[in-house]
Amino acid sequence: MQPSIDIRNVSKSYGGGPAPDGLLALDDVSLQIGQGEFLAILGPSGCGKSTLLHVVAGLTPARGELSVHGKKVTGPGLDRGVVFQDYALFPWRTVLDNVAFGLEMKKVPRHLRAARAFRYVTMVGLAGFADRYPAQLSGGMKQRVAIARALAFDPEVLLMDEPFAALDAQTREILQAELLRIWEQTGKTILFVTHSIDEAVFLAQRVVVMTARPGRIKQIVDIDLPWPRVDSDVRSSRPFALLRHRIWELLAEEVEKAQHSASPMAPGRSRGDVAADAAAQEVV
Amino acid sequence: MRGLLLRVSVAFGLLALWEGLPRIGLVNPNFLPPASDVARTLWRLLASGELLRHARVSLDRILLGLAVSILVGVPLGIFMGSWKTFERTLDGPLQAGRQVSAIALFPVFILFFGIGELSKVVIIFWASVWPILLNTTIGVKTVDPVLIRSARSMSARGATLFRKVILPAAAPAIFTGIRLGAAYAFMVLVAAEMIGANAGLGFLVLNSQEVFKIPEMYAAIVALAAFGLGVNKLLYHLERRATVWREAGGT
Repeated sequence: MQPSIDIRNVSKSYGGGPAPDGLLALDDVSLQIGQGEFLAILGPSGCGKSTLLHVVAGLTPARGELSVHGKKVTGPGLDRGVVFQDYALFPWRTVLDNVAFGLEMKKVPRHLRAARAFRYVTMVGLAGFADRYPAQLSGGMKQRVAIARALAFDPEVLLMDEPFAALDAQTREILQAELLRIWEQTGKTILFVTHSIDEAVFLAQRVVVMTARPGRIKQIVDIDLPWPRVDSDVRSSRPFALLRHRIWELLAEEVEKAQHSASPMAPGRSRGDVAADAAAQEVV
Repeated sequence: MRGLLLRVSVAFGLLALWEGLPRIGLVNPNFLPPASDVARTLWRLLASGELLRHARVSLDRILLGLAVSILVGVPLGIFMGSWKTFERTLDGPLQAGRQVSAIALFPVFILFFGIGELSKVVIIFWASVWPILLNTTIGVKTVDPVLIRSARSMSARGATLFRKVILPAAAPAIFTGIRLGAAYAFMVLVAAEMIGANAGLGFLVLNSQEVFKIPEMYAAIVALAAFGLGVNKLLYHLERRATVWREAGGT
Protein backbone atom coordinates (compact mmCIF):
# COMPACT_ATOMS: atom_id res chain seq x y z
CA MET A 1 0.00 0.00 0.00
CA GLN A 2 1.13 3.51 -0.76
CA PRO A 3 2.41 5.28 2.36
CA SER A 4 0.60 8.34 3.61
CA ILE A 5 3.79 10.30 4.13
CA ASP A 6 6.85 9.29 2.14
CA ILE A 7 10.12 10.93 3.20
CA ARG A 8 13.14 9.97 1.13
CA ASN A 9 16.71 11.14 1.76
CA VAL A 10 15.66 14.45 3.18
CA SER A 11 18.47 16.71 4.37
CA LYS A 12 18.26 20.22 5.70
CA SER A 13 21.14 22.59 6.37
CA TYR A 14 20.95 26.13 7.58
CA GLY A 15 23.08 29.07 6.57
CA GLY A 16 23.28 28.47 2.81
CA GLY A 17 26.11 27.04 0.74
CA PRO A 18 27.79 23.72 1.39
CA ALA A 19 27.06 23.44 5.08
CA PRO A 20 29.66 22.49 7.65
CA ASP A 21 28.59 19.73 9.97
CA GLY A 22 27.43 22.08 12.72
CA LEU A 23 24.74 23.66 10.55
CA LEU A 24 23.28 20.39 9.32
CA ALA A 25 19.89 19.95 10.97
CA LEU A 26 18.65 16.85 9.16
CA ASP A 27 20.95 14.31 7.58
CA ASP A 28 19.51 11.95 5.01
CA VAL A 29 16.26 11.07 6.74
CA SER A 30 14.04 8.45 5.12
CA LEU A 31 10.76 7.43 6.67
CA GLN A 32 7.48 5.97 5.46
CA ILE A 33 4.33 6.53 7.45
CA GLY A 34 1.35 4.35 6.70
CA GLN A 35 -2.20 5.53 6.14
CA GLY A 36 -3.99 6.03 9.42
CA GLU A 37 -0.81 5.42 11.37
CA PHE A 38 0.05 7.27 14.57
CA LEU A 39 3.79 7.87 14.56
CA ALA A 40 5.76 9.78 17.16
CA ILE A 41 9.16 11.36 16.63
CA LEU A 42 11.35 11.57 19.69
CA GLY A 43 14.79 13.07 20.07
CA PRO A 44 17.02 15.30 22.13
CA SER A 45 16.35 19.02 21.87
CA GLY A 46 17.83 20.52 18.76
CA CYS A 47 17.95 17.19 16.94
CA GLY A 48 15.86 18.53 14.11
CA LYS A 49 12.60 16.73 14.88
CA SER A 50 10.60 19.94 14.65
CA THR A 51 12.51 20.85 11.51
CA LEU A 52 11.46 17.54 9.99
CA LEU A 53 7.82 18.29 10.81
CA HIS A 54 8.09 21.76 9.29
CA VAL A 55 9.64 20.25 6.17
CA VAL A 56 6.70 17.84 5.85
CA ALA A 57 4.33 20.78 6.44
CA GLY A 58 5.99 22.55 3.52
CA LEU A 59 6.96 25.49 5.72
CA THR A 60 10.69 24.79 5.46
CA PRO A 61 12.32 23.87 2.15
CA ALA A 62 14.77 20.96 2.21
CA ARG A 63 16.72 18.68 -0.11
CA GLY A 64 15.40 15.23 -0.87
CA GLU A 65 12.07 13.79 -1.87
CA LEU A 66 8.87 14.17 0.02
CA SER A 67 5.34 13.23 -0.87
CA VAL A 68 2.02 13.04 0.92
CA HIS A 69 -0.50 10.59 -0.49
CA GLY A 70 1.59 10.32 -3.61
CA LYS A 71 1.66 14.06 -4.21
CA LYS A 72 5.04 15.74 -4.18
CA VAL A 73 5.29 18.38 -1.47
CA THR A 74 6.36 21.77 -2.82
CA GLY A 75 4.92 24.01 -0.12
CA PRO A 76 2.20 24.20 2.50
CA GLY A 77 -1.13 22.66 1.56
CA LEU A 78 -4.53 21.80 2.91
CA ASP A 79 -3.78 18.09 2.63
CA ARG A 80 -1.78 18.57 5.85
CA GLY A 81 -3.07 20.12 9.07
CA VAL A 82 -0.49 21.49 11.49
CA VAL A 83 -0.89 21.91 15.24
CA PHE A 84 1.82 24.06 16.82
CA GLN A 85 3.10 24.02 20.37
CA ASP A 86 2.11 27.65 21.01
CA TYR A 87 -1.48 27.20 19.72
CA ALA A 88 -1.07 29.96 17.11
CA LEU A 89 -4.75 30.89 17.26
CA PHE A 90 -5.82 34.17 15.70
CA PRO A 91 -6.70 36.31 18.73
CA TRP A 92 -9.16 38.50 16.77
CA ARG A 93 -11.25 35.52 15.71
CA THR A 94 -13.72 33.63 17.87
CA VAL A 95 -13.27 29.93 18.45
CA LEU A 96 -15.69 29.17 15.63
CA ASP A 97 -14.01 31.58 13.20
CA ASN A 98 -10.58 30.24 14.06
CA VAL A 99 -11.75 26.75 13.22
CA ALA A 100 -13.33 28.07 10.01
CA PHE A 101 -10.05 29.63 8.79
CA GLY A 102 -8.93 26.57 6.86
CA LEU A 103 -12.42 26.24 5.39
CA GLU A 104 -12.14 29.78 4.05
CA MET A 105 -8.78 28.87 2.55
CA LYS A 106 -10.37 25.78 1.03
CA LYS A 107 -13.10 28.04 -0.45
CA VAL A 108 -15.90 26.16 1.25
CA PRO A 109 -19.08 28.20 0.60
CA ARG A 110 -19.92 30.58 3.42
CA HIS A 111 -23.24 28.97 4.35
CA LEU A 112 -21.57 25.58 4.89
CA ARG A 113 -18.63 26.87 6.86
CA ALA A 114 -20.21 27.64 10.23
CA ALA A 115 -21.96 24.29 10.52
CA ARG A 116 -18.83 22.42 9.54
CA ALA A 117 -16.62 24.39 11.91
CA PHE A 118 -19.12 23.88 14.69
CA ARG A 119 -19.03 20.13 14.18
CA TYR A 120 -15.29 20.13 14.91
CA VAL A 121 -15.64 22.57 17.81
CA THR A 122 -18.11 20.07 19.25
CA MET A 123 -15.75 17.18 18.54
CA VAL A 124 -13.10 18.73 20.80
CA GLY A 125 -15.70 19.42 23.49
CA LEU A 126 -15.96 23.19 23.15
CA ALA A 127 -19.51 23.58 21.82
CA GLY A 128 -20.32 25.99 24.64
CA PHE A 129 -17.35 28.20 23.80
CA ALA A 130 -17.82 28.70 20.07
CA ASP A 131 -18.21 32.48 20.30
CA ARG A 132 -15.40 33.09 22.81
CA TYR A 133 -12.12 34.70 21.89
CA PRO A 134 -8.81 32.87 22.48
CA ALA A 135 -7.91 35.29 25.29
CA GLN A 136 -10.87 33.90 27.22
CA LEU A 137 -9.65 30.29 27.05
CA SER A 138 -7.21 28.22 29.08
CA GLY A 139 -4.13 26.69 27.46
CA GLY A 140 -5.78 23.29 27.17
CA MET A 141 -8.86 24.79 25.53
CA LYS A 142 -6.71 26.76 23.09
CA GLN A 143 -4.95 23.61 22.02
CA ARG A 144 -8.32 21.90 21.53
CA VAL A 145 -9.29 24.76 19.23
CA ALA A 146 -6.02 24.38 17.33
CA ILE A 147 -6.71 20.67 16.87
CA ALA A 148 -10.25 21.38 15.68
CA ARG A 149 -8.90 23.99 13.27
CA ALA A 150 -6.39 21.54 11.81
CA LEU A 151 -9.07 18.86 11.41
CA ALA A 152 -11.86 21.05 10.05
CA PHE A 153 -10.56 21.32 6.50
CA ASP A 154 -10.25 17.54 6.46
CA PRO A 155 -6.54 17.08 5.70
CA GLU A 156 -5.07 13.66 4.94
CA VAL A 157 -2.57 13.94 7.75
CA LEU A 158 -2.20 15.76 11.02
CA LEU A 159 1.23 17.15 11.89
CA MET A 160 1.66 17.96 15.56
CA ASP A 161 4.69 19.82 16.84
CA GLU A 162 5.01 19.21 20.60
CA PRO A 163 1.37 20.24 20.95
CA PHE A 164 1.02 19.46 24.65
CA ALA A 165 4.46 20.59 25.87
CA ALA A 166 3.20 23.87 27.34
CA LEU A 167 0.31 22.31 29.26
CA ASP A 168 0.22 21.14 32.87
CA ALA A 169 0.49 17.40 33.48
CA GLN A 170 -3.18 16.80 34.12
CA THR A 171 -4.43 18.74 31.11
CA ARG A 172 -1.82 16.98 29.00
CA GLU A 173 -3.10 13.53 29.95
CA ILE A 174 -6.69 14.54 29.25
CA LEU A 175 -5.75 15.89 25.83
CA GLN A 176 -3.67 12.82 25.00
CA ALA A 177 -6.73 10.67 25.66
CA GLU A 178 -8.88 13.06 23.59
CA LEU A 179 -6.41 12.90 20.75
CA LEU A 180 -6.51 9.12 20.68
CA ARG A 181 -10.30 9.25 20.61
CA ILE A 182 -10.24 11.73 17.74
CA TRP A 183 -7.65 9.65 15.91
CA GLU A 184 -9.84 6.55 16.18
CA GLN A 185 -12.88 8.55 15.13
CA THR A 186 -11.32 10.24 12.09
CA GLY A 187 -8.72 7.70 11.02
CA LYS A 188 -6.19 10.43 10.20
CA THR A 189 -2.51 9.75 9.81
CA ILE A 190 -0.75 11.53 12.66
CA LEU A 191 2.87 12.60 12.80
CA PHE A 192 3.53 13.66 16.36
CA VAL A 193 6.75 15.33 17.50
CA THR A 194 7.49 15.25 21.22
CA HIS A 195 10.35 15.24 23.69
CA SER A 196 8.41 13.16 26.19
CA ILE A 197 9.10 9.42 26.11
CA ASP A 198 5.96 8.78 28.10
CA GLU A 199 3.78 10.67 25.65
CA ALA A 200 5.33 8.96 22.63
CA VAL A 201 4.88 5.45 24.06
CA PHE A 202 1.33 6.13 25.21
CA LEU A 203 0.11 7.60 21.93
CA ALA A 204 1.99 6.05 19.06
CA GLN A 205 2.07 2.83 17.14
CA ARG A 206 5.69 3.44 16.24
CA VAL A 207 8.25 5.74 17.84
CA VAL A 208 11.12 7.13 15.77
CA VAL A 209 14.12 7.94 17.95
CA MET A 210 16.39 10.52 16.38
CA THR A 211 20.09 11.09 16.95
CA ALA A 212 21.60 14.27 18.30
CA ARG A 213 22.44 16.91 15.71
CA PRO A 214 22.70 16.36 12.86
CA GLY A 215 19.33 14.62 13.04
CA ARG A 216 19.25 11.09 11.71
CA ILE A 217 16.92 8.24 12.47
CA LYS A 218 18.57 6.16 15.17
CA GLN A 219 15.95 3.50 15.57
CA ILE A 220 12.27 2.87 15.03
CA VAL A 221 10.54 1.19 17.95
CA ASP A 222 7.25 -0.65 17.48
CA ILE A 223 4.86 0.06 20.31
CA ASP A 224 2.85 -3.14 20.55
CA LEU A 225 0.76 -2.11 23.52
CA PRO A 226 -2.89 -3.19 23.43
CA TRP A 227 -5.72 -0.90 22.31
CA PRO A 228 -7.68 0.92 23.57
CA ARG A 229 -5.07 2.46 25.82
CA VAL A 230 -7.16 5.17 27.37
CA ASP A 231 -9.28 3.39 29.94
CA SER A 232 -6.92 0.56 30.81
CA ASP A 233 -4.24 2.51 32.69
CA VAL A 234 -1.69 1.21 30.24
CA ARG A 235 0.94 3.52 31.73
CA SER A 236 1.18 1.36 34.84
CA SER A 237 1.63 -1.89 32.90
CA ARG A 238 4.91 -3.77 32.69
CA PRO A 239 5.17 -3.71 28.87
CA PHE A 240 4.80 0.06 28.99
CA ALA A 241 7.63 0.31 31.52
CA LEU A 242 9.88 -1.92 29.42
CA LEU A 243 9.29 0.08 26.24
CA ARG A 244 9.81 3.28 28.10
CA HIS A 245 13.10 2.05 29.49
CA ARG A 246 14.31 0.78 26.13
CA ILE A 247 13.63 4.13 24.51
CA TRP A 248 15.10 5.95 27.46
CA GLU A 249 18.38 4.11 26.92
CA LEU A 250 18.39 4.95 23.23
CA LEU A 251 17.77 8.59 24.01
CA ALA A 252 20.24 8.81 26.90
CA GLU A 253 23.10 7.94 24.54
CA GLU A 254 22.10 10.77 22.26
CA VAL A 255 21.68 13.27 25.03
CA GLU A 256 25.18 12.44 26.24
CA LYS A 257 26.57 12.78 22.73
CA ALA A 258 24.81 16.10 22.28
CA GLN A 259 26.35 17.32 25.48
CA HIS A 260 29.88 16.50 24.35
CA SER A 261 29.58 17.92 20.88
CA ALA A 262 27.62 20.98 21.93
CA SER A 263 29.94 22.32 24.61
CA PRO A 264 32.67 23.80 22.37
CA MET A 265 30.31 25.44 19.86
CA ALA A 266 27.72 27.08 22.06
CA PRO A 267 28.63 29.62 24.69
CA GLY A 268 26.63 29.53 27.90
CA ARG A 269 23.75 27.11 28.05
CA SER A 270 24.29 24.58 25.31
CA ARG A 271 21.76 22.55 23.44
CA GLY A 272 23.06 19.46 25.21
CA ASP A 273 22.04 20.85 28.57
CA VAL A 274 18.56 21.49 27.34
CA ALA A 275 18.35 17.99 25.95
CA ALA A 276 19.66 16.56 29.22
CA ASP A 277 16.95 18.44 31.03
CA ALA A 278 14.37 17.00 28.73
CA ALA A 279 15.64 13.50 29.36
CA ALA A 280 15.96 14.10 33.09
CA GLN A 281 12.30 15.07 33.20
CA GLU A 282 11.47 11.67 31.82
CA VAL A 283 13.45 9.83 34.47
CA VAL A 284 11.55 11.16 37.45
CA MET B 1 -18.93 53.95 43.72
CA ARG B 2 -16.66 55.77 46.16
CA GLY B 3 -14.28 56.47 43.30
CA LEU B 4 -17.09 58.11 41.36
CA LEU B 5 -18.07 60.20 44.36
CA LEU B 6 -14.49 61.35 44.79
CA ARG B 7 -14.14 62.27 41.13
CA VAL B 8 -17.39 64.22 41.11
CA SER B 9 -16.45 66.12 44.26
CA VAL B 10 -13.02 67.01 42.85
CA ALA B 11 -14.66 68.33 39.68
CA PHE B 12 -17.16 70.35 41.70
CA GLY B 13 -14.40 71.64 43.95
CA LEU B 14 -12.45 72.95 40.98
CA LEU B 15 -15.57 74.59 39.55
CA ALA B 16 -16.28 76.16 42.94
CA LEU B 17 -12.74 77.58 43.01
CA TRP B 18 -13.21 78.97 39.49
CA GLU B 19 -16.47 80.53 40.60
CA GLY B 20 -15.27 81.75 44.00
CA LEU B 21 -11.80 83.14 43.41
CA PRO B 22 -12.87 85.85 40.90
CA ARG B 23 -15.99 86.62 42.97
CA ILE B 24 -14.10 87.40 46.19
CA GLY B 25 -11.51 89.30 44.16
CA LEU B 26 -8.55 86.96 44.76
CA VAL B 27 -8.19 86.72 40.98
CA ASN B 28 -8.92 89.64 38.68
CA PRO B 29 -12.39 88.82 37.25
CA ASN B 30 -11.47 90.71 34.09
CA PHE B 31 -8.84 88.08 33.33
CA LEU B 32 -10.72 85.10 34.76
CA PRO B 33 -14.48 85.61 34.84
CA PRO B 34 -16.41 83.31 37.24
CA ALA B 35 -17.40 79.92 35.87
CA SER B 36 -21.08 80.86 35.80
CA ASP B 37 -20.33 83.86 33.53
CA VAL B 38 -18.41 81.62 31.15
CA ALA B 39 -21.19 79.03 31.25
CA ARG B 40 -23.78 81.68 30.43
CA THR B 41 -21.65 82.96 27.55
CA LEU B 42 -21.14 79.42 26.32
CA TRP B 43 -24.90 78.87 26.33
CA ARG B 44 -25.49 82.15 24.49
CA LEU B 45 -22.90 81.26 21.83
CA LEU B 46 -24.45 77.83 21.48
CA ALA B 47 -27.97 79.19 21.21
CA SER B 48 -27.00 81.78 18.61
CA GLY B 49 -25.32 79.09 16.53
CA GLU B 50 -22.06 80.96 16.47
CA LEU B 51 -20.16 78.32 18.41
CA LEU B 52 -21.42 75.53 16.17
CA ARG B 53 -20.42 77.49 13.09
CA HIS B 54 -16.83 77.74 14.36
CA ALA B 55 -16.82 74.17 15.59
CA ARG B 56 -18.03 73.00 12.20
CA VAL B 57 -15.17 74.76 10.44
CA SER B 58 -12.64 73.25 12.86
CA LEU B 59 -14.16 69.79 12.55
CA ASP B 60 -14.00 69.92 8.75
CA ARG B 61 -10.32 70.83 8.88
CA ILE B 62 -9.53 68.07 11.39
CA LEU B 63 -11.47 65.41 9.51
CA LEU B 64 -9.98 66.32 6.16
CA GLY B 65 -6.40 66.54 7.48
CA LEU B 66 -6.75 63.34 9.46
CA ALA B 67 -8.36 61.52 6.54
CA VAL B 68 -5.45 62.42 4.27
CA SER B 69 -3.03 61.33 7.00
CA ILE B 70 -4.73 57.97 7.31
CA LEU B 71 -4.89 57.52 3.53
CA VAL B 72 -1.19 58.27 3.22
CA GLY B 73 0.15 56.99 6.55
CA VAL B 74 -1.52 53.60 6.74
CA PRO B 75 -0.63 52.30 3.25
CA LEU B 76 2.87 53.74 3.44
CA GLY B 77 3.33 52.24 6.90
CA ILE B 78 2.10 48.87 5.67
CA PHE B 79 4.59 49.08 2.82
CA MET B 80 7.42 50.02 5.12
CA GLY B 81 6.48 47.38 7.65
CA SER B 82 6.40 44.57 5.13
CA TRP B 83 9.31 45.58 2.92
CA LYS B 84 12.61 46.01 4.71
CA THR B 85 14.56 47.59 1.87
CA PHE B 86 11.86 50.17 1.40
CA GLU B 87 11.85 50.98 5.09
CA ARG B 88 15.62 51.33 5.27
CA THR B 89 15.69 53.57 2.21
CA LEU B 90 13.02 55.90 3.54
CA ASP B 91 14.04 55.80 7.16
CA GLY B 92 16.52 58.69 7.06
CA PRO B 93 14.33 61.28 5.34
CA LEU B 94 11.30 60.24 7.36
CA GLN B 95 13.10 60.46 10.67
CA ALA B 96 14.32 63.91 9.71
CA GLY B 97 10.86 64.97 8.56
CA ARG B 98 9.33 63.77 11.78
CA GLN B 99 11.57 66.07 13.76
CA VAL B 100 10.49 69.18 11.89
CA SER B 101 7.75 70.80 13.94
CA ALA B 102 4.53 71.30 12.03
CA ILE B 103 4.15 74.77 13.47
CA ALA B 104 7.63 75.74 12.28
CA LEU B 105 6.55 74.69 8.81
CA PHE B 106 3.32 76.66 8.84
CA PRO B 107 4.88 79.76 7.22
CA VAL B 108 6.20 77.48 4.49
CA PHE B 109 2.76 75.97 3.95
CA ILE B 110 1.22 79.44 3.79
CA LEU B 111 3.82 80.41 1.22
CA PHE B 112 2.95 77.43 -0.96
CA PHE B 113 -0.74 76.92 -0.29
CA GLY B 114 -1.92 80.38 0.67
CA ILE B 115 -3.73 81.52 3.77
CA GLY B 116 -6.90 79.54 3.00
CA GLU B 117 -8.10 76.09 3.97
CA LEU B 118 -5.44 74.15 2.11
CA SER B 119 -2.53 75.29 4.26
CA LYS B 120 -4.47 74.37 7.40
CA VAL B 121 -5.30 70.92 6.14
CA VAL B 122 -1.66 70.46 5.15
CA ILE B 123 -0.36 71.41 8.59
CA ILE B 124 -2.83 69.04 10.26
CA PHE B 125 -1.74 66.35 7.85
CA TRP B 126 1.91 67.00 8.64
CA ALA B 127 1.35 66.78 12.38
CA SER B 128 -0.83 63.70 12.37
CA VAL B 129 0.76 61.58 9.67
CA TRP B 130 3.89 60.68 11.66
CA PRO B 131 2.36 58.74 14.54
CA ILE B 132 0.06 56.97 12.08
CA LEU B 133 2.94 56.05 9.79
CA LEU B 134 5.20 54.97 12.63
CA ASN B 135 2.62 52.89 14.48
CA THR B 136 1.45 51.19 11.31
CA THR B 137 5.02 50.30 10.36
CA ILE B 138 5.75 48.86 13.79
CA GLY B 139 2.38 47.11 13.94
CA VAL B 140 2.96 45.35 10.63
CA LYS B 141 6.58 44.56 11.47
CA THR B 142 5.82 43.00 14.81
CA VAL B 143 3.03 40.63 13.80
CA ASP B 144 3.66 37.41 15.70
CA PRO B 145 5.53 35.13 13.25
CA VAL B 146 3.75 32.18 14.84
CA LEU B 147 0.45 33.47 13.43
CA ILE B 148 1.94 33.91 9.98
CA ARG B 149 3.39 30.42 10.08
CA SER B 150 0.06 29.04 11.20
CA ALA B 151 -1.82 30.80 8.37
CA ARG B 152 0.81 29.71 5.85
CA SER B 153 0.41 26.10 6.97
CA MET B 154 -3.20 26.44 5.84
CA SER B 155 -1.91 27.68 2.49
CA ALA B 156 -2.68 31.37 3.04
CA ARG B 157 -0.28 33.65 1.22
CA GLY B 158 0.05 36.96 -0.60
CA ALA B 159 -2.97 39.23 -0.42
CA THR B 160 -5.04 36.71 1.55
CA LEU B 161 -2.38 36.34 4.22
CA PHE B 162 -2.17 40.08 4.38
CA ARG B 163 -5.89 40.72 4.63
CA LYS B 164 -6.75 37.90 7.00
CA VAL B 165 -3.72 37.91 9.28
CA ILE B 166 -1.29 40.81 9.02
CA LEU B 167 -3.86 43.59 8.88
CA PRO B 168 -6.04 42.41 11.77
CA ALA B 169 -2.93 41.66 13.84
CA ALA B 170 -1.61 45.17 13.21
CA ALA B 171 -4.98 46.87 13.71
CA PRO B 172 -4.51 47.79 17.40
CA ALA B 173 -1.21 49.52 16.65
CA ILE B 174 -2.75 51.32 13.66
CA PHE B 175 -5.64 52.56 15.80
CA THR B 176 -3.27 53.81 18.46
CA GLY B 177 -1.44 55.74 15.76
CA ILE B 178 -4.68 57.29 14.53
CA ARG B 179 -5.68 58.38 18.03
CA LEU B 180 -2.25 59.90 18.61
CA GLY B 181 -2.49 61.56 15.23
CA ALA B 182 -5.85 63.07 16.13
CA ALA B 183 -4.39 64.50 19.35
CA TYR B 184 -1.52 66.10 17.41
CA ALA B 185 -3.99 67.34 14.82
CA PHE B 186 -5.87 69.23 17.53
CA MET B 187 -2.78 70.93 18.83
CA VAL B 188 -1.71 72.29 15.46
CA LEU B 189 -5.28 73.08 14.43
CA VAL B 190 -5.61 75.64 17.21
CA ALA B 191 -2.22 77.13 16.38
CA ALA B 192 -3.05 77.30 12.68
CA GLU B 193 -6.41 78.92 13.34
CA MET B 194 -4.69 81.58 15.41
CA ILE B 195 -2.27 82.51 12.67
CA GLY B 196 -4.38 82.97 9.62
CA ALA B 197 -8.09 82.29 9.86
CA ASN B 198 -11.42 84.05 10.16
CA ALA B 199 -13.34 81.09 11.55
CA GLY B 200 -12.78 78.07 13.73
CA LEU B 201 -12.54 77.54 17.47
CA GLY B 202 -8.88 78.57 17.59
CA PHE B 203 -9.78 81.79 15.80
CA LEU B 204 -12.61 82.36 18.27
CA VAL B 205 -10.21 82.05 21.22
CA LEU B 206 -7.67 84.54 19.88
CA ASN B 207 -10.21 86.92 18.37
CA SER B 208 -12.20 87.11 21.62
CA GLN B 209 -9.01 87.92 23.48
CA GLU B 210 -8.06 90.62 20.99
CA VAL B 211 -11.43 92.38 21.31
CA PHE B 212 -11.36 91.74 25.06
CA LYS B 213 -14.45 89.52 25.16
CA ILE B 214 -12.87 87.45 27.90
CA PRO B 215 -15.91 85.23 28.77
CA GLU B 216 -16.16 84.41 25.04
CA MET B 217 -12.49 83.45 25.04
CA TYR B 218 -12.96 81.03 27.93
CA ALA B 219 -16.16 79.71 26.41
CA ALA B 220 -14.23 78.91 23.23
CA ILE B 221 -11.46 77.22 25.22
CA VAL B 222 -14.00 75.08 27.08
CA ALA B 223 -15.64 74.23 23.78
CA LEU B 224 -12.26 73.22 22.33
CA ALA B 225 -11.60 70.91 25.27
CA ALA B 226 -15.05 69.33 24.97
CA PHE B 227 -14.58 68.99 21.21
CA GLY B 228 -11.21 67.27 21.62
CA LEU B 229 -12.59 64.99 24.28
CA GLY B 230 -15.52 64.11 22.04
CA VAL B 231 -13.34 63.20 19.05
CA ASN B 232 -11.04 61.14 21.25
CA LYS B 233 -14.00 59.30 22.77
CA LEU B 234 -15.42 58.60 19.34
CA LEU B 235 -12.11 57.20 18.07
CA TYR B 236 -11.75 55.20 21.26
CA HIS B 237 -15.13 53.58 20.76
CA LEU B 238 -14.43 52.86 17.12
CA GLU B 239 -11.18 51.25 18.19
CA ARG B 240 -12.84 49.15 20.85
CA ARG B 241 -15.47 47.97 18.45
CA ALA B 242 -12.85 46.99 15.90
CA THR B 243 -10.63 45.23 18.42
CA VAL B 244 -13.19 43.79 20.79
CA TRP B 245 -11.11 40.63 21.12
CA ARG B 246 -8.43 42.48 23.09
CA GLU B 247 -10.86 43.31 25.87
CA ALA B 248 -12.14 39.77 25.93
CA GLY B 249 -9.53 38.47 28.36
CA GLY B 250 -11.16 39.91 31.43
CA THR B 251 -14.54 38.28 31.23
